Amino acid sequence: MQGTLDTASNGRNPATNAAMGHAEHEDYRLLGLMTFLFSESLMFGGLFAVYLVYRSSNGAWPPAGTEVELLLPAINTVILVSSSFVIHRGDSAIKKGDVGGMRFWYLATALMGIVFLGGQVYEYLNLGYGLGKNVFSSCFYVMTGFHGLHVLVGVLLMLGVIWRSRREGHYNAEKHTGVEMTEIYWHFVDIIWIVLFALLYILTLF
Amino acid sequence: MTQAQISMDAVSHTEHPEAWKWYHYFWYNTDHKVIGIQYLVFSFIAYLIAGVMALFMRAELYTPNSDVLDPNLYNALLTNHGTMMIFFWVVPAAIGGFGNYLVPLMIGAKDMAFPNLNAIAFWLNPPAALMLTISLWFGGAQSGWTAYPPLSLVTNNLGQSFWALAILLVGTSSILGALNFLITIYKLKIPNMRWDQLPLFCWAMVATSALALFSTPVLAAGLILLLFDINFGTGFFRPEMGGNVVIYQHLFWFYSHPAVYLMILPIFGIMSEVISTHARKPIFGYKAIAYSSLAICFVGLFVWVHHMFTSGTPPWMRMFFTISTLIVAVPTGVKIFGWVATLWGGKIRFTTPMLFAVGLLAMFVLGGLSGVTLGTAPFDIHVHDTYYVVAHFHYVLFGGSVFGLYAAIYHWFPKMTGRMYNEPLGKAHFILTFIGTNLTFLPMHELGLQGMPRRIAMYDPQFEAINQLCTYGSMLLGVSILPFLINAIWSWGWGPKAERNPWRSLTLEWQTASPPIIENFPEDPIVWAGPYDYGIDTEADEDDTTVEDMLAEVGAEAR
Amino acid sequence: MAKEKETVPVALVTLTIGILVAIISFWYGRDNGLLPEQVSQQAPLVDNFFRVMVTVGTALFLLVEGAIVFALFKFRRRPDDDTDAPPIKGNFSLEVFWTAIPAVIVIGLGIYSVDVYNRMGGFDTVGSTAVAHHHGGHATQLASLPGSSDVGAPLLSAAAPQQVAFKYGLGATPAEGQASPFLEIAVKGLQYAWLFTYPNGMVTGELHVPVGEDVRLNITAQDVLHSFWLPEFRIKQDAIPGETTELRFTPTKTGTYPVVCAELCGAYHGSMRSQIIIQEPDEYEQWVAENQPVAVTTGTDTVALHPSERSDADFLAPYAAEWGIDAAAIAPLQPERHA
Repeated sequence: MQGTLDTASNGRNPATNAAMGHAEHEDYRLLGLMTFLFSESLMFGGLFAVYLVYRSSNGAWPPAGTEVELLLPAINTVILVSSSFVIHRGDSAIKKGDVGGMRFWYLATALMGIVFLGGQVYEYLNLGYGLGKNVFSSCFYVMTGFHGLHVLVGVLLMLGVIWRSRREGHYNAEKHTGVEMTEIYWHFVDIIWIVLFALLYILTLF
Repeated sequence: MTQAQISMDAVSHTEHPEAWKWYHYFWYNTDHKVIGIQYLVFSFIAYLIAGVMALFMRAELYTPNSDVLDPNLYNALLTNHGTMMIFFWVVPAAIGGFGNYLVPLMIGAKDMAFPNLNAIAFWLNPPAALMLTISLWFGGAQSGWTAYPPLSLVTNNLGQSFWALAILLVGTSSILGALNFLITIYKLKIPNMRWDQLPLFCWAMVATSALALFSTPVLAAGLILLLFDINFGTGFFRPEMGGNVVIYQHLFWFYSHPAVYLMILPIFGIMSEVISTHARKPIFGYKAIAYSSLAICFVGLFVWVHHMFTSGTPPWMRMFFTISTLIVAVPTGVKIFGWVATLWGGKIRFTTPMLFAVGLLAMFVLGGLSGVTLGTAPFDIHVHDTYYVVAHFHYVLFGGSVFGLYAAIYHWFPKMTGRMYNEPLGKAHFILTFIGTNLTFLPMHELGLQGMPRRIAMYDPQFEAINQLCTYGSMLLGVSILPFLINAIWSWGWGPKAERNPWRSLTLEWQTASPPIIENFPEDPIVWAGPYDYGIDTEADEDDTTVEDMLAEVGAEAR
Repeated sequence: MAKEKETVPVALVTLTIGILVAIISFWYGRDNGLLPEQVSQQAPLVDNFFRVMVTVGTALFLLVEGAIVFALFKFRRRPDDDTDAPPIKGNFSLEVFWTAIPAVIVIGLGIYSVDVYNRMGGFDTVGSTAVAHHHGGHATQLASLPGSSDVGAPLLSAAAPQQVAFKYGLGATPAEGQASPFLEIAVKGLQYAWLFTYPNGMVTGELHVPVGEDVRLNITAQDVLHSFWLPEFRIKQDAIPGETTELRFTPTKTGTYPVVCAELCGAYHGSMRSQIIIQEPDEYEQWVAENQPVAVTTGTDTVALHPSERSDADFLAPYAAEWGIDAAAIAPLQPERHA
């Protein structure tokens, strides 16, 4: 998130642009992404609000027969939260121009994301109830599923970054907006999960 | 470094021809002006289709019995009339069409901040239209544009699902467009344009975009839950599973009340441009009008429950939202009074855009007043879901938004096409539309107050006479489109060539060629006066030579 | 604003306009004839509120439209005048003035509407202070009532009976206070009819109530949302599946008035109409007595207006309950409505 909003990060040769008569402007993609994520967080916000209303208007929560497991999701949470630190190592690496390091850390984050998704699928398979059981199970599956979709997109973004980085000089110390955007997106996914974990798992204990 | 980074939203200055050919308008194109026109033409077609739907409904309502249409078809028509007028006509035309076309020109930019994202946002609309067409093929969504469950869960599931997908697509398009506008205005405004020199249309777009970013995702959440309830057996809105139907209404109106402002705020911006230009007078109270847009945007986020005064809402909520709704009248009043004061003392030219703007002003006053009455819970309990509501929102949406769109089309027609429209045909269009609108919608107030609910295909025979009056009015409205179509098509192809600045307007879009060259300005424009500094062209702000050049040009064209 | 330059003093013109606008506004506010008959105690409250709004609205309408029309004539471009108008960019005190006036008006209307709403009984819905620990069930007597519903939803009354808490609607007015209503009737909305269940178990398709007595309707919906509207009473409340809402009112005159469904509830929403018949107390008692034993109403009286298109099943459905017919019995008559 640090200030790399310089014209150079746009990756075009200023001389060529001047020759074509195009003035360059800054790269606003980080700003655009953050605006988008703000909007996206309101979609999750809507889901959170719906969930809380259902929780307060239903007696037993979760209703009998739809209890959730705690151990596996807790491990999953630890994996996802620590992956945020891992991806940050990758971002630090590219800022030093270390493309190899970035690739290593991004691959590690992607693997952690995949493990998280695998854990999620395992949990779905072992809960013993489907999404049509009652309103809690509906909330549970739709909210975690929607988040899981975001995790999947994040993993694909990381793999995309790694794929692109194989080209010499595609990312370097000055020019790595795509790397940074992926990191910010991943942090967003992470924060959403922390709220989800609190709502869907922790709150069911009380 | 030789590789250009191909990313989906970096500014791409690719090779382009000297000018766009006609076929460039039918394919993926990142020029904001092409996208603007794509939006406008696309949405106008939707407007015509939705208008025909309205005519069929009025034909059905000519008699109390359900005799013209099958009642299921009638409900499909009313649902899709509303859906298309809102999501495929007013929103894309005002925000996508004029927003895209005008914002970069008005702030002196070459294009939007994310041209590719902009094109993608537009190209989400045709698949959305396809979804809606599929939905209609399967009988159409039949539960109103509000799609309240449980009715939407039990009625024509296939049509309802495709309808929801269509709305999700245009919603996504709207979010992408909104973030593009915000960043464009914030970052690409030419540096020597001060914030208080930003045209009021751009201020309106700031408010609109912020509102879209806040509210649209919540509607998306609601529709996703609805889709799951319809197709995957979830129980969000199924009471027997612990769900709650009123929650959907909250999710829906949290977006859809702001959507009302999405449809009127850009029109307010258009009004400020058109009235000031054609009255040859500075806008009265620039700051008040700019700030009132932001105030409407803010307060507009906290009024949604006034659509639910008769639903499952507790007393405190009904009272809180009565008060917050009434507050919206204040900034809206500031705008109306500002425009009247702009007319006052002006030298008013009765061009077609000005006529539509004044017509809007006249009708919006009535729509606003009936809106205040609807905002109070004790009275709304009587008229909620009646023709009084139908009358109200057609006054603000047809008398307001559609009139504003017509004003904008006529006002910027020379700029967009490089040709002048035909003035007598334009005036005929205005007169027919103005009479038709009032004939159709004014009597509906009385229908609602007397006891006729909305969304019905068969009604109590005591309301027959007034309904027939409304049907005649709607026929006139149907006819009124003809002079417009003839005018637009003929003038676009064969109209007299337009000058660069036929209205001698001061905003930047008029300082370049008509139609503008591909990257808008031959060189970065220099702002030498405010956007509405009419009557003071002898006073210079900064650069002397520029002022003289501009004056010479303006003078030459006036002759 | 531009100063008048005529010989007539500005103050006099303003005064004349002001008086005219005031007279027209008060006249139109009082005698607009826009609203139907008043049949409940709430109706005069709402109507007086509406009159005030129409009066203020007419005044504003006349002033603003008058200013627009006047400006269009007075400030039209004169031939051969291509100059711009004088550059008046604003007037701070004028802007404050026209921000303050609407603000004062809407604050006044806000306070007034809270007062009207209170006197209509809006603040005292039963259980509005109770703990909101209910959902699903409701305790009306309409157990396993079959209906015309083609909804997949199970009957709500199948849910375990829970404590009733009415939260939404119009309850006791401050005058009625804690007193229980004279008559309590369960109202059930279903596609496309209203069913009324009286305390003695009698089920009817039209609503009979005695004049001058305090009546409470406990409103539920069987299939989809409906909205119970009595236009002449100026009251309306949605019927919501899974919730019980209430309307409490006192009819003030005898007669027959429409009961309307105001929430889109399906293809035949427009025909979901019934009647409320307000009778003198003795007539009402007689009607109850006549109908009590067999719990059958006068049959062919309107349950809803039936356009000829309605299928037999649609027509029969509301009566099925009264006749004790099972839903399955009329199911074969049901056309494929959503094919």
